[in-house]
Amino acid sequence: MSDSKLSKNLLRMKFMQRGLDAETKKQLEEDERRIISDEHWYLDLPELRARENLILEERSLVSCEDLKYGRFSFQGFNPEVEKLMVMMNPKEEEEDKQEEEVSCMQLDVTDEEMALRYESLVGSMRKKFSRKRDQTSEDVDIKRVFLKPQD
Amino acid sequence: MFSGLREKVGQVLVPGDEFCLEIPETLSLSEPMKPEKVLLGPGLKRKGDRKLLVVKSGVLRHKQPHVFWVENQQRRYVPARGETVIGIITVKSGDVFKVDVGGSEQASLSYLAFEGATKRNRPNVQVGDLVFAQFSVANQHMEPELVCVDSAGRANGMGVFGAGGLLFSVSLGLIRRLLRPRSDVLSDLQKLLPCELVVGMNGRLWARASSVQQTLVVSNLLQSCDTMSPPQRQQLFRRAAQGAL
Repeated sequence: MSDSKLSKNLLRMKFMQRGLDAETKKQLEEDERRIISDEHWYLDLPELRARENLILEERSLVSCEDLKYGRFSFQGFNPEVEKLMVMMNPKEEEEDKQEEEVSCMQLDVTDEEMALRYESLVGSMRKKFSRKRDQTSEDVDIKRVFLKPQD
Repeated sequence: MFSGLREKVGQVLVPGDEFCLEIPETLSLSEPMKPEKVLLGPGLKRKGDRKLLVVKSGVLRHKQPHVFWVENQQRRYVPARGETVIGIITVKSGDVFKVDVGGSEQASLSYLAFEGATKRNRPNVQVGDLVFAQFSVANQHMEPELVCVDSAGRANGMGVFGAGGLLFSVSLGLIRRLLRPRSDVLSDLQKLLPCELVVGMNGRLWARASSVQQTLVVSNLLQSCDTMSPPQRQQLFRRAAQGAL
């Protein structure tokens, strides 16, 4: 094996790569690199160096003045548009939410009213969740006994 | 770097004024170099590498970090990319509609640029309809183009509208006042009566309220707002609230 030399082209083939030792591999790679660099050519031009552009232009006022989206609806005239207003103007969302909360507090039933209302409901609600047998036993307090008819 | 520009904030500029930005020629190795970029809004133009040219007369405004623009009063609308406008369909020809937006040229609106529109399923748009649309192309060299969908393909309030309302024109300055966050005109109107408004950046306003009379009240109020001081306006709105109009 040692006295018979294989050609370079044969050694470079894929199936020969496994059997090669490190040194020949390195030499082959070097040869290849030299061939590539000899073949590689480039234009002899001065280096183009574009300076980073520090001035940007924007033709619209929307981003400059933080203008809002142009659809509005007031006092619930068009609920769809009111939804859009909240969605399209994200910056004011927090303020809107706070306002909504405040208005909800004003509009909604207060805790006391709620308690008063539920006081009367407790009995009927309990009936709803109890079983039928319990319901009847609750209703029938008096023991029914057969009363003999009087002559 | 922008000291010259910063000094002039709030002052009146006229077309032809020039500013020079001092860009450091050499990089300093000791400090971490961060390139500071300046964003120019309408009214300012770049001239060459480091010069700014004023092209509109008005007041110079500044916003953090480095945004500068000239605020001016004008009646002619110049289309700008991304702005939402109210347009009137004037011509229906095959694939595109021609839309009057009040600019120097009519904008084109593709029939595919509506929500849910396909080649089979054409949107029902007639000549004379109002559309609320956004500019996708707008520059001085090309015909402006409108779309009625956002980048996700949803309408988000754009498209054909305008049943039972009234369209009128106001100055671009009033439009800006209406659209500004925490607008005082809108907050006054908000308290007055339930109504709906569509505000186009091109100076067109569309209003609708529960009756024709109320719609007219809203439109007259907004049109007169254009030339009023805040106390005058508040007085007018108070009178309107009392039913004087």
